[in-house]
Amino acid sequence: MSAQHPHPESRPRRRAAGAAALAAVALALTACSGASDAPVGEPGTPSEPVELRMTVWTADEAQLALFDEIADEYVAANPDLVSGVTFETIPFEDYTTKLTTQLAGGNAPDLAWVFESNAPEFVSSGALVDLRPKLAETEGYALDDIVPSSLGLWEDGDGLFAYPFSNSPFAMFVNTDQITKAGQPDPAELVASGDWTFDAARDIAKATAESSGKQGLVVRDFDYQTWENLATVWAGWQATPWSEDGTQCTFTEPAMVDAMTWFHDAVFEDGALPAPGTTADFFAGDAAMTITQISRASSLDGSFDWDVVPMPTGPAGAQNVIGQAGIGVFAAGEHPDVAADFLAHFTAPENAEKLAAYFPPPRQSLLNAETLAAANPNLDAEQLQAVVVDGVEGAVTKPAHKNFAKLSETVRAELDALWVEDADVEAVLADTCSVITPLLED
Amino acid sequence: MATASAAVRRDWLVGYAMVAPVVLGALAFVVLPLGMVVWYSLHEWNVLANTFTFVGGENYQRMAADAGLADALLASLWFSAGLVVLNISLALLLAVLLNQKLPGTTTFRTFFFSPVVVSLVAWTIVWSFLLQADGGINGFLEAVGLQGPNWLRHETTAMVAVIVVQVFKSVGLNMILFLAALQGVPEELQEAALLDGAGAWRRFRSITLPLISPTILLVSIITIVGSLEVFAQIDVLTGGGPGNSTTVLVYYLYQQAFRFNEFGYASAIAVLLFVIVLVLTLLQWQSRKRWVFHEV
Repeated sequence: MSAQHPHPESRPRRRAAGAAALAAVALALTACSGASDAPVGEPGTPSEPVELRMTVWTADEAQLALFDEIADEYVAANPDLVSGVTFETIPFEDYTTKLTTQLAGGNAPDLAWVFESNAPEFVSSGALVDLRPKLAETEGYALDDIVPSSLGLWEDGDGLFAYPFSNSPFAMFVNTDQITKAGQPDPAELVASGDWTFDAARDIAKATAESSGKQGLVVRDFDYQTWENLATVWAGWQATPWSEDGTQCTFTEPAMVDAMTWFHDAVFEDGALPAPGTTADFFAGDAAMTITQISRASSLDGSFDWDVVPMPTGPAGAQNVIGQAGIGVFAAGEHPDVAADFLAHFTAPENAEKLAAYFPPPRQSLLNAETLAAANPNLDAEQLQAVVVDGVEGAVTKPAHKNFAKLSETVRAELDALWVEDADVEAVLADTCSVITPLLED
Repeated sequence: MATASAAVRRDWLVGYAMVAPVVLGALAFVVLPLGMVVWYSLHEWNVLANTFTFVGGENYQRMAADAGLADALLASLWFSAGLVVLNISLALLLAVLLNQKLPGTTTFRTFFFSPVVVSLVAWTIVWSFLLQADGGINGFLEAVGLQGPNWLRHETTAMVAVIVVQVFKSVGLNMILFLAALQGVPEELQEAALLDGAGAWRRFRSITLPLISPTILLVSIITIVGSLEVFAQIDVLTGGGPGNSTTVLVYYLYQQAFRFNEFGYASAIAVLLFVIVLVLTLLQWQSRKRWVFHEV
């Protein structure tokens, strides 16, 4: 890493005074902290036990309680090393922004969850330490049990910079009450007969919305802002925003034009999806169907009958999409060695099995309906097999890029022109490509 | 004499000791951060990659060629112009109306002032619901037979919406300032003009306006400076969109720093913002002699 530090002699947590000058000039002002990109090794016993901190975006009490339980075991087994582990919740919406603000403030957490979209950025920046040596040498860790394709996003050369603890497939949740009432076919039957296509889903959504007076199909967390969540729809057309190596814009490819045209028309002509500026929460009963991750099943409270089915097929066939999340150890944290040791414990096979209750693990030995059923009482074995086990197979992740932050914002601004009734889909996508091409080449 | 000079010396020390807290506070929390922002603006600082490299004036050169920054400046100009004109004229109108001695004026004053004390983000979130395509405002328009636009999804209406939400939030404060000024206008001057046959408009233009001109100066300075600082409303209502139509300067700065991790470049933008605010304030201060009554 070619980092130059204003204070090369000072290691982590050199903090300078910072405060707002004019209210507008409100940058958090701090000097930067040093980091090393050497792989972490065996933690030397610190002079006194250290406190570890991991930032997460879940605020779910059951999940946090499970993390605490796993951490308590580690603390009990390593009293000389660690006095405690804190799991700090940062809300989902601003997660990465707040995390990087902590880094800017010289207050890096020891470990952090990282979104897949940001993976290339975090991995290539040198912010995270290489975990492979640690995980490979940890007894009983079984690194080779991890599905190799799940690691792709988190590797750089031979280094492995985060562990993909969550591999949650996208699936279609269905409000069967509303669909039956509207006299529409049951999606599960369409899956069985091979007729479960995006067009069928659109038609059901349209008819159900007309009958219920509520919304049809909601692509959850999209809201005409977080466009990368549309990847779950594009996948049916095998459309991607940029080439696999991230250098070419592919918004103008025929597959993407077709996918976006389909989506635009489903919104503005059919009214099958909520229009911009309309909020609808499937789990509150506001919509007939929603595309979201399987881990959201915990939000269902039994107030209506529901089902979960695999994603519909598109003109290009079936393509599974998973949402991944990794856990990395920050080089700028105070105790990267201890943190990596804790990570090896946190994600070891026996704990991965416990975490499978909420986060489908990347381990071959655990990716089966029995293990997942024990952990997911809301879903039956058949649903788990169809949606989770088969869903991880050959799955693609949402778009990611080492320049993702800028791309995300720029594409959002360009696509705004698409979310009006009389939009010229091809022209908007061509504009998008011309604007993002320099960012892709950056 | 030795004792006298010791006393002077003691006075001197006591004086400095008394101002020390505020001087130290200002140095630590105003001057130092300002200096550091300038220092950072001369660096390329990527938090994630942990790079902090001196690049001299490169960030400033980059600003000159940055089309996004030009758009942000333009958006800021629209926002500030709209806000200042609407806010000050509405505040003055309300103040004049509520300066009458009529039953119920206190209730109305409280009504118009109350948004000032409401949390900014809570206020804005409520408005974001009202401004939705199927929100309260369009529901009301539909009830009277009109079809409202999707306010926050069209470039023009989004900017208008952001301005109006901010005007309603802050007009009460300016109204109170104007009310205080209006109540300081001597009654006898008004009466004298009335006896001379001056009409209401003439009295307002020739007596009231000149006498409240110092308040107009104050209100315009704080409103313009405040308008350049708008952030939360944009973040909650539009996120800078649609397109980049509501990405004002501060929002652009925030994106560069906290979304794109370009703290050096963002610092350079912060310096630009500082200079803009400084120049605007100085211009108004310099021009006061021409139109502010007490300065004549």
